[in-house]
Amino acid sequence: MESCNCIEPQWPAEELLMKYQYISDFFIALAYFSIPLELIYFVKKSSVFPYRWVLVQFGAFIVLCGATHLINLWTFSMHSRTVAVVMTTSKVLTAVVSCATALMLVHIIPDLLSVKTRELFLKNKAAELDREMGLIRTQEETGRHVRMLTHEIRSTLDRHTILKTTLVELGRTLALEECALWMPTRTGLELQLSYTLRQQNPVGYTVPIQLPVINQVFSSNRAMKISPNSPVARIRPIAGKYMPGEVVAVRVPLLHLSNFQINDWPELSTRRYALMVLMLPSDSARQWHVHELELVEVVADQVLNLIKPVASVKKLHVTLNLAQDLPECVIGDENRLMQTTLNVVGNAVKFSKEGSISITAFVAKSESLRDCRAPDFFPVTSDDHFYLRVQVKDSGQGINPQEIPKLFTKFAQTQTLATRNSSGSGLGLAICKRFVNLMEGHIWIESEGLGKGCTVIFIVKLRIPERSNESKSPLLPKANHGQSSFPGLKVLVLDDNGVSRMVTQGLLVHLGCDVTAVSSSDECLHMVSQEHKVLFIDVCMPDGFEAAVRLHEKFTKHHERPLIVALAGNTDKVTKENCMRVGMDGVILKPVSVDKMRSVLSDLLEHWVLFDAIEVEHWKAQHVIAKS
Amino acid sequence: MDVLSQLQRQLADFLASLYREGFVDDQFTQLQKLQDESSPDFVMEVVSLFFEDCEKLVNNMAKVLEQQVVDFKQVDSHVHQLKGSSSSIGAARIRNVCIAFKTFCEGQNREGCLRCLQQVNHEHAQLKANLQSLFTLERQIVAAGGSVPAMQ
Repeated sequence: MESCNCIEPQWPAEELLMKYQYISDFFIALAYFSIPLELIYFVKKSSVFPYRWVLVQFGAFIVLCGATHLINLWTFSMHSRTVAVVMTTSKVLTAVVSCATALMLVHIIPDLLSVKTRELFLKNKAAELDREMGLIRTQEETGRHVRMLTHEIRSTLDRHTILKTTLVELGRTLALEECALWMPTRTGLELQLSYTLRQQNPVGYTVPIQLPVINQVFSSNRAMKISPNSPVARIRPIAGKYMPGEVVAVRVPLLHLSNFQINDWPELSTRRYALMVLMLPSDSARQWHVHELELVEVVADQVLNLIKPVASVKKLHVTLNLAQDLPECVIGDENRLMQTTLNVVGNAVKFSKEGSISITAFVAKSESLRDCRAPDFFPVTSDDHFYLRVQVKDSGQGINPQEIPKLFTKFAQTQTLATRNSSGSGLGLAICKRFVNLMEGHIWIESEGLGKGCTVIFIVKLRIPERSNESKSPLLPKANHGQSSFPGLKVLVLDDNGVSRMVTQGLLVHLGCDVTAVSSSDECLHMVSQEHKVLFIDVCMPDGFEAAVRLHEKFTKHHERPLIVALAGNTDKVTKENCMRVGMDGVILKPVSVDKMRSVLSDLLEHWVLFDAIEVEHWKAQHVIAKS
Repeated sequence: MDVLSQLQRQLADFLASLYREGFVDDQFTQLQKLQDESSPDFVMEVVSLFFEDCEKLVNNMAKVLEQQVVDFKQVDSHVHQLKGSSSSIGAARIRNVCIAFKTFCEGQNREGCLRCLQQVNHEHAQLKANLQSLFTLERQIVAAGGSVPAMQ
């Protein structure tokens, strides 16, 4: 039976309208069939499309729609029942699939939209992390600056230098416009402007100490922001056009009483402070950050470790005895000797509440040179040098004899009552020991126990100038110049570069060593023996590190092999790791100066690990600190 | 003003100008410190060795760079040697040229390498002339009865 779903035909079948419908249906079908093909093509290309099965559903829906339109083409004219059946089936299927897809899209579309939101969120997070990384890196830099700064401060005990250095370095680290220190006057009623960063001679400008802002700052050990208009901050004329930079003030303790037993110290209530004021540059949007404030607090806490006020407050009796036979004029390292003496005397003063401190200096004779605690120390006197022995005896807290060996170790902190290096990082006596060793001497402490006082003794080697030296040029440098510091020390130098080898050899010969120079690792292993104490290897050589490894294999016992030192062109991480991997005892950065080589050899012969020290030297070379 | 102090002042000025213009740096000062009674010609010996070494390396590098196919690794190793030597004696300008030279080697840039080689030659000649004047001045001072103080 034939049927037709056309209404009573008012127009002939060939009419234009019919034709257009026909054509449109055809194109619709075409489009509908091609859309899923395109979708499949693109989805296959992309690797991240989570909803493949939705695509299938969608594809089916479209295909069926297309099929329906296609079959429609046959229904414009008379068609058989089969066609009708097919048409109906396709329509039913289309209905089912399209409803299912519609329902599914309700769930899917919000998800797809949220992907975009997630993307934006991740982008923001990445930017934030970037900023944090930058901050951490700056903090680390500043942290290193602080450590180096406090180390530098500790090694200069001149009060003026300490303060000037602090201001200069703080100014540089934090890029400050101005940095000033107000010290309390004798009366204690006023603060006087004593040191500033920018101005050469600050006028004796004073403010009363009882100002509320000053009380506020003195009441806490934190660094706090103060108004740029407060009297302590109005130090310089207004430089900027719009607004002055933020100002921070922190108290600086003048008496170092941390870690002491302070029960019976009456001075505690009259603790005196100085005021340090720091100003950010004006007209910049800079603000004080938390880590900068922390840096300021740390520096303020460490900077003033003055000896004189402590002694004068404590009423200690200090006596000095210089023996008659001490020569009038000697040649030696004035700077280091002074620092050692000041440090030792300073310790004595710090750790004695009352009583007396006696300092004696005399020429050491052979009996007094020996110390049973230092069996390796065999000093030999001769005509052109002598040993100076200095004893500093105090009547203070004393030390438990068992603690004595630890005192000279870097950074070691003992928690007992008599903590000699409790204030700060514990570097004082370690540095003294290093200096004394550089002067080919020895330093030790004797104490009968707690409460029985203590004596610090050090012996250093100094040179007596000969008569004929007076005619020579007066440009004698302070260090032990020309003196063979390491007489007859047998060393080996391995370097494949002729010029560099010659220079290193000349350097070591100048220091008095007995040098053998070789240019290949084979030759090195052939020549090296137990008599050689130190081996210098240029690690820029292709087989430099290999030579070190072979050396370790040759000498299995630690005390038989020479100490191995790497001469490196740079101290980057890779080089350092390689040096540690092959078991180097030290690394020196080329080019090497005479002083550096001398100090390195001294340290080595004390069996210290050098990596720390090289950091300090390297940093110092890069940052020239203002010294008076 | 007598001849000796005039000469000494000339020497000091000349040496200062060498430092200022970057011909030599701190390491050269260290070398001068190593010269004493036991090795009176140390600086001259080291410097002569350096110039010999430098000439040899430059010749080798020129030969390698002339080839059709340039073995940049070889050139690089020569530059490395020259850099090491020049650092050891404090020849600052030569060392700086070597640093640039190395970059060109790594980039396999023949034109750049040739330019650097020319520059090395130029700096070598200049430094040689300068140091020879320096040594002549020193000899004159010693002949006039004075001693040569270390600079800086």
